[in-house]
Amino acid sequence: MKKFFAQAYIWFLLILLYAPLVFIGIFSFTESRVMGNWTGFSTKLYSNLFSGMMQGDSALMSAVKNTLLIALIAAAVSTLLGTIAAIGIFNLKGRRKATIQFLNNIPMINPDIITGVSLFLLFIFLGFSQGYTTVVLAHITFCTPYVVLNVMPKLAQMNPNTYEAALDLGATPGQALRKVMIPQLRPGMISGFILAFTMSLDDFAVTFFTRGTIGLDTLSTYIYTDARKGGLTPELRPLMTLIFATILILLVIINLRQARLAKKAANR
Amino acid sequence: MTDKDVIIRLENVSKSFGGKKVLDNISLDIKKGEFLTLLGPSGCGKTTTLRLISGFTTPDSGTVYMDGKDISGMPPYKRTLNTVFQRYALFPHLDVYDNIAFGLKLAKVPEKEIEQRVRKVLKMVSMTDYEDRDVESLSGGQQQRVAIARALVNQPKVLLLDEPLSALDHKMRQDMQIELKEMHQKLGITFIYVTHDQEEALTLSDTIVVMNEGKIQQIGTPADIYNEPVNSFVADFIGESNILNGTMIEDRKVNFIGHDFECVDEGFGTNNPVDVVIRPEDIYIMSHTEGAQFSGTVKSCTFKGVHYEMFVDSDSGYELMIQDYNAFEPGSKVGMLIKPSDIQVMRKERVCNTLEGVMTDENHVDLLGGEFECMPLAGAEAGDEVVAKVDFQDIELLDHQEEGTLAGEVYVILYKGDHYHLTVLTENGDHLYVDTQDIWDKGDLVGISIKPSAIKLSKRNDN
Amino acid sequence: MTIKRSSWSIPYLIFLLIFVVLPLVLIAIYAFQDGEGNFTFENIARFFTDADSLSTFALSLEVAIENTAICLLLGYPAAYILASKDLNRSAVTVILFILPMWINALMRTLATAELFNVFGVTLGKGTLLFGMAYDYLPFMIYPIYNTLNKMDKSYTEAAQDLGATPGQVFRKVTLPLSMPGVTSGIMMVFMPTVSTFAISEFLTNNKIKLFGTIIQENINSSMWNYGAALALIMLVIIGITTLFNDDDEHAGKAEGGLI
Repeated sequence: MKKFFAQAYIWFLLILLYAPLVFIGIFSFTESRVMGNWTGFSTKLYSNLFSGMMQGDSALMSAVKNTLLIALIAAAVSTLLGTIAAIGIFNLKGRRKATIQFLNNIPMINPDIITGVSLFLLFIFLGFSQGYTTVVLAHITFCTPYVVLNVMPKLAQMNPNTYEAALDLGATPGQALRKVMIPQLRPGMISGFILAFTMSLDDFAVTFFTRGTIGLDTLSTYIYTDARKGGLTPELRPLMTLIFATILILLVIINLRQARLAKKAANR
Repeated sequence: MTDKDVIIRLENVSKSFGGKKVLDNISLDIKKGEFLTLLGPSGCGKTTTLRLISGFTTPDSGTVYMDGKDISGMPPYKRTLNTVFQRYALFPHLDVYDNIAFGLKLAKVPEKEIEQRVRKVLKMVSMTDYEDRDVESLSGGQQQRVAIARALVNQPKVLLLDEPLSALDHKMRQDMQIELKEMHQKLGITFIYVTHDQEEALTLSDTIVVMNEGKIQQIGTPADIYNEPVNSFVADFIGESNILNGTMIEDRKVNFIGHDFECVDEGFGTNNPVDVVIRPEDIYIMSHTEGAQFSGTVKSCTFKGVHYEMFVDSDSGYELMIQDYNAFEPGSKVGMLIKPSDIQVMRKERVCNTLEGVMTDENHVDLLGGEFECMPLAGAEAGDEVVAKVDFQDIELLDHQEEGTLAGEVYVILYKGDHYHLTVLTENGDHLYVDTQDIWDKGDLVGISIKPSAIKLSKRNDN
Repeated sequence: MTIKRSSWSIPYLIFLLIFVVLPLVLIAIYAFQDGEGNFTFENIARFFTDADSLSTFALSLEVAIENTAICLLLGYPAAYILASKDLNRSAVTVILFILPMWINALMRTLATAELFNVFGVTLGKGTLLFGMAYDYLPFMIYPIYNTLNKMDKSYTEAAQDLGATPGQVFRKVTLPLSMPGVTSGIMMVFMPTVSTFAISEFLTNNKIKLFGTIIQENINSSMWNYGAALALIMLVIIGITTLFNDDDEHAGKAEGGLI
């Protein structure tokens, strides 16, 4: 009985949470300009999306491209910078370590609007013209701390002697780093990269303040401007549905694989 | 011994970490093919010595030679020796084969030869069928074997082993000890082994180097070290022992626990204070007191598997540890005998604390960073450098650090039959030696105070 | 150690100084300057004397606190159920709670607003609270679930063994031990809600202005100095909130996004 109520509560919350997503999904299969107005089943929005025939403009497509490109660059740079930083921080001691860890926490604690406004002021102050570069720099700023946080535990788990063992067996410091340290840090680097990538994809406020006035749009800023103009571009509905479906499938695959690995390990 | 036999030579090597001296002017020759063990408590400098040889640390001063060449500054990857690390340090992302082949691949050995050599070394450590296994799926003992194989496959001239068995359980450790010994005999290369386990050192080694506080205390064969420890530290660290204060009355005659004993030692002068070491199995115990050298009462008796371990209070008021195959009931009266050759007499390292200080005014002296009240010294003024002597029993230890003139930490405890001889580490890292009846634990934080009358001052330029 | 690897932190330290510390300092500098770059208290004073700004500020705090409370009340039981082996055996439900975090928050919010429209609910404070709870509930559930899930089961068993009733076990053992997750959840919900701007605009059809919106409006209409002053005030609020929390809880946040 207790279990029944518990499960009922969970599913009630899930239905509430998913209602808007399902709503988007349903209305991606009709042609109507506004959601909530069902004008019959159609896959026209999907075909519109794919052909890039965005009723005269392809701004949505370029926003999607920008979003992915920025996320990719920001995540890659953050992973490199964050991994090197994590190795450095891990080997620091005392107050220096505490200080840099505190600084590393700031972008994570700060609300997006503060990060956005402060970086906006920085670029004004430095006289940078804002655009692609400033958005990428801003994304690196709030992504790198997550990489650092994901790599640090791997450093702690690593037996420090493995690095020395590699030197002992004739590896130069560079070889020891490539052949012994990086492989052991790789899981942390990958999860840091994925986290940085999703943080960047999802960002709105920081991009909004650092993109300047050259008309650079990511998906988030596109949606924002679009919605403020009134009517949302209908093709966003199939786009969101597809993104959600992709993520759903990816997560299911990842989880199934992990479950299988766990089972395999247990059977050993 | 000619230089040709020496493979590793440390010459006047010193090393400090953060102002703390870890190695203090160490010199050591290691012969080709020997099994040498660096033995000592944690923090004695044995691991630092090993890391100097492997190249993970460079000496502050002094030189490390290998085959007569100075290798002090050579990075570890250029040295032709290999290490078995304390917790194996196997590469978790590589399987057994790739772990072992790691060094050979770096050295660009042909694939075919790598395979042969890995196979051969796996056979040697009896791990033949484990090539493809994930190292983390192996047991501790198996990981240990892989670690040894990984080092040996490179055919090093010297194999360094850093407490390699410390993570194994007791039974496994004994098996591995035998295998290591056999491996050493078969390979004929030099093994340098670091451990804090004296039993392991005695079992495995050709030569034992006992270290403490960054200094070599004694170098010798296991039998030498056990039977003839050079000082009370070695005696206490190796095996069980009774360490007692004594007085050398004349050659071949020593007084301790209130009795005169015949011994075999000579050359200690007359009426000089000495330390006397007697191994617990060297005291003969019997149920009658006729014919005994001294008598006492059994306080406790515990069975230890092969022998019984007893604590006996001598009638003269000293507590002795005795091991015997026969049990004696607690409370029973017993007589005891010690053969002259079983009495090991050692020169005392010191008879009192000798400290250097500066007078701050006529009634105060600065010693070890604390200002102590003292009796005025004729002709001494503020700023004069003086030498202060303080007897062991005149130093008072207090429960709280802030109560003393100086704060310290109990560092070494030695039981001397009727009192404890403590080494106390002061805040500045100096040592003070204290005799006390009170029971302290290692690591206790104490206040240190000295009565003014107990500080015996003399001017430094007097000596 | 022969190789000093601690120096590897230097590039990142420089990066942090330029892109994190300096920008925050700039907020403070701009906040105390007028348009010509002269030092002034004018901007701060303007905020404290302007009834509109003050009431927006108060409303923002109120909404943030209410939203955090709603998320906590809804989220804690959910996290508890998800972490309990007796009540929930499926890992899938846990993943389902985290999934929506991957969908663009603005898009989700717009869909929520549309849903309200379809059901004929007037957009206002009610829909704002409801819609924000949608957006931030997963951020409350996940850290609490994490701490509860990692909690050693023997604690509750020990409490039962010592005679605690299920209610007492919860109040005296489970709840106190889950507090790190609760504080971290509160941080993760409160921080973004107190500073939100786009979401509140969508959910109230621009009827209700929150503090984030007026910061955004000032910056966008080139009134940087007043915008910076408002941002500084928000920074102070954030600082005070952070003081009540344990810093290392953010590790949970960082790992939280990945399953």
